[in-house]
Amino acid sequence: MTTAHMEVFEEELGRLEAALNRLRHDSNAKAVFLIDKNGQQIAAAGDVEDFDSTSLASLTAGNVAATDGLAKLIGEREFSVLFHEGKRDHIHISIVAKRAILLVIFDERSSLGLVRLRVKRASAEMDRIFDDMTRKSELGPEGRVEPSPFAEITDEDIDSLFSD
Amino acid sequence: MTFINYAAKEINCKIVYYGPGLGGKTTNLQHIFTKTAPERKGKMISLATEADRTLFFDFLPLDLGTIRGFTTRFHLYTVPGQVFYDASRKLILKGVDGVVFVADSQRERMEANVESIRNLEANLKEHGFDLSAIPYALQFNKRDLPNVMPVDEMYRMLNFKREPTFEGIAPQGVGVFDTLKAVAKQILIELRKK
Ligand SMILES: Nc1nc2c(ncn2[C@@H]2O[C@H](COP(=O)(O)OP(=O)(O)OP(=O)(O)O)[C@@H](O)[C@H]2O)c(=O)[nH]1
Ligand SMILES: [Mg+2]
Repeated sequence: MTTAHMEVFEEELGRLEAALNRLRHDSNAKAVFLIDKNGQQIAAAGDVEDFDSTSLASLTAGNVAATDGLAKLIGEREFSVLFHEGKRDHIHISIVAKRAILLVIFDERSSLGLVRLRVKRASAEMDRIFDDMTRKSELGPEGRVEPSPFAEITDEDIDSLFSD
Repeated sequence: MTFINYAAKEINCKIVYYGPGLGGKTTNLQHIFTKTAPERKGKMISLATEADRTLFFDFLPLDLGTIRGFTTRFHLYTVPGQVFYDASRKLILKGVDGVVFVADSQRERMEANVESIRNLEANLKEHGFDLSAIPYALQFNKRDLPNVMPVDEMYRMLNFKREPTFEGIAPQGVGVFDTLKAVAKQILIELRKK
């Protein structure tokens, strides 16, 4: 059985981060996060330290998963955008490249309309980056810039993780 | 789905604790949380009902150190065990790398254990996973209670594929880390094959 892998390489991560930074800037948002659908953070930009990003990633993925479940129940393929409005801060959640989640946190210095517009542009760019990433991943170990470090994991390596 | 970040030199794996309602899944995570050094864990999130039953999931991120220069991170999730939360259970299995099954050792819970393993098998299948192939560990929890079924009988009834099996008393931590370690090990060994 093959468990699907997601692999992120230096070059694409740099491009994703650049795209996130631009989105953050252009939309005047507080922070933007790119999260994989299973709840792991891929990249982020903005005032990231103000947030517990690990918890944020897991709850966002749970939120999207639950909403996807709701969509299917009523015969929709997915709800492409989620928006939660708070008193001060708001969050905009959308899907990128079918497998990642883009989370934008913003306040009154921005607006839903502006965020929407900029997210759309950034998404198109990130779609392309994800395509490149997939291509690279599919090349297999030979095509990789770096060899897989895991082929040579020893039992001792594994035991050492739990040694304390 | 193992998530390997070559740029940040990180590897992330997802482990799901499965089993019948009140079996002790959340208690396993709580013990791990309590016993793990602050720098090696994130916040534990519990989406629970007012009666402390898991409603959607518990989540605990653990950082177990480095392998070959890669920070090795495990994201632990529990599912809600109550039968009627099946839709949520399915969602949480998405992208899973390994499963821990927490069985309740009390005699009157055997049927619920068996039913829950069947449910696990079916829900994994919907995501394209096969219980006979996925990293998996089994825990017979609540061994401290008086009305428990003998271990060998439970083994015959619940062991699926000779997966590593442990006796547990989760609130005291008995068997908790052994179980986690057994599944984590299998996940890392899987990586070696890829
Ligand atoms: N005596 C005893 N009690 C236990 C043990 N493990 C868990 N419990 C208790 O059993 C109850 C249920 O435990 P949980 O960890 O919440 O069970 P769960 O599997 O998460 O249940 P759901 O969220 O409904 O699926 C709690 O009151 C625990 O303290 C054990 O080994 N021995
Ligand atoms: Mg629970």
